[in-house]
Amino acid sequence: MAIDIDTARKVAKLARIRVAEGDLPALAGKLSGILGFMEQLNEVDVTGVEPMTSVTPMRLKSRADVVTDGDIQGQVLKNAPDAREGFFAVPKVVE
Amino acid sequence: MSANQWTIATARDALRKGEISAVDLTMSCLTAMDAGDALNAFVWKTPEIALDQARAADERLKGREEAPAMCGIPLGIKDLFCTKGVPSQAASNILRGFKPEYESTVTAQLFGAGAVMLGKLNMDEFAMGSSNETSCYGNAVNPWQRKGSNVQLTPGGSSGGSAAAVAADLCLAATGTDTGGSIRQPAAFTGIVGIKPTYGRVSRWGIVAFASSLDQAGPMTKTVRDAAIMLGAMVGHDPKDSTSADLPVPDFEAALTGDIRGKVIGIPREYRMDGMPEEIEALWQQGIAMLKDAGATVRDISLPHTKYALPAYYVIAPAEASSNLARYDGVRYGHRAALSAGDSITDMYEKTRAEGFGPEVQRRIMVGTYVLSAGFYDAYYNRARKVRALIKRDFETVFAAGVDAILTPATPSAAFGLGEMSDADPIQMYLNDIFTVTVNLAGLPGVAVPVGLDAQGLPLGLQLIGRPWEEAALLNCAHVLESRAGFVAKAEKWW
Repeated sequence: MAIDIDTARKVAKLARIRVAEGDLPALAGKLSGILGFMEQLNEVDVTGVEPMTSVTPMRLKSRADVVTDGDIQGQVLKNAPDAREGFFAVPKVVE
Repeated sequence: MSANQWTIATARDALRKGEISAVDLTMSCLTAMDAGDALNAFVWKTPEIALDQARAADERLKGREEAPAMCGIPLGIKDLFCTKGVPSQAASNILRGFKPEYESTVTAQLFGAGAVMLGKLNMDEFAMGSSNETSCYGNAVNPWQRKGSNVQLTPGGSSGGSAAAVAADLCLAATGTDTGGSIRQPAAFTGIVGIKPTYGRVSRWGIVAFASSLDQAGPMTKTVRDAAIMLGAMVGHDPKDSTSADLPVPDFEAALTGDIRGKVIGIPREYRMDGMPEEIEALWQQGIAMLKDAGATVRDISLPHTKYALPAYYVIAPAEASSNLARYDGVRYGHRAALSAGDSITDMYEKTRAEGFGPEVQRRIMVGTYVLSAGFYDAYYNRARKVRALIKRDFETVFAAGVDAILTPATPSAAFGLGEMSDADPIQMYLNDIFTVTVNLAGLPGVAVPVGLDAQGLPLGLQLIGRPWEEAALLNCAHVLESRAGFVAKAEKWW
């Protein structure tokens, strides 16, 4: 399926990646090429096949619901681009 | 031979006997590392950490035959592994300045066994690439060159820095990760050994995630024996990774008996691709002859859905990547774009991600976003997961029929020139993974072994694929192939 410029713009928006208007045609072309390659999957008869959820059949383990760490606020914030008064700081989100 | 050229096995024996100190061995590698800058393999050097670890290893070793095998062994660590206090960027600008406050399980286990970290290794950005050309650090360079040429070649990718560093003897071995071939293809391009273990064998905790259902870490080494030794220190159950297998860890090195008599080796007819270079076909035939000569039974097999592995992979991997990489939003770590007055939080996300991610990563995130979006989820993502189930079933069928391992080429060509593919369609680059990607989709172990040189003097490798959890038997088979091939060539030093 060919991706048009509007679809490319929409996908970029959903992916939260800013793409300049002038770059959309090239992006649409590349995405179309990649998705065209995937069209081959339509040749496969998948009737009655369950989509794979886990490559190794194993039960996921559960553990006791207890606190295993904590009191590491400093470490959590250490790499933040903007941390203030013990919080992550971001632009205003509520008017 | 200087100590940096040693194998792990040689170094281990010399260290235990006190014939060399871990500090001297480490110094030898640090010198080689500094002289190897032209390869751009090491992107962060950690000589102080290395010498501290080496001194601690010497304390532990003192006349002790029972010191762990990896004690005092100098390694390079792929930039994808989080290493405490040391930059861990996944070769991406979006993680510029990120220094983890924790250690990945794999590196913690290796360091716990006494291994020494020389530094962090170059790779494709977020492990997305087959040539190490998507790295924010610039290209890693293959130590190998074509006969009579000084054209710089790719070491492959994504673990290109790991492959270049091991092949050029800048370290004894390195960690790699493999989502679609990222250990095995670079190993084949540089004449070294690389194994991707069974999915779940090695903990993924603390390794920057690309496609969580496909990612596995493994060793990249000079020999199969070294792969067995180092793998033993990397595996094991980890409660911090819910997909980590709680299975006993075999002694991989002890399994290298060299006896594969009666083993059944499958040769999948679908791996004979149109347009495959004759040299690859000839190499494959040589490999078949070597295993036969060692007493194995060779059987033609069919893996009918092979053709659909790449398109299925390029739906599933980007889908998982788009989800995993959503965390890079400029809030908690890494890069945040400079904002203009009045910019909203969405502007912050969009600008940050546009600046921080390179073009290939952006493309894959967007492909993933598209195939997961409403209206296309069934047509692409669910269909790809069904095809994945069929690909796995193909392997289960041949294993159930008595096949012990499968022999294939590792790559469709020898290493190509850096920049040679830059104008090509992204699909052309994706074709590099054609022989390796099925193994990730089916969660199986696969190992690349150097077997010969092409007419231009570049290394070529074969791949052996094993049954799930049977890395030990797989490595034994690889060991036989390695011994029969007798591959000893090294890149001529130009750097």
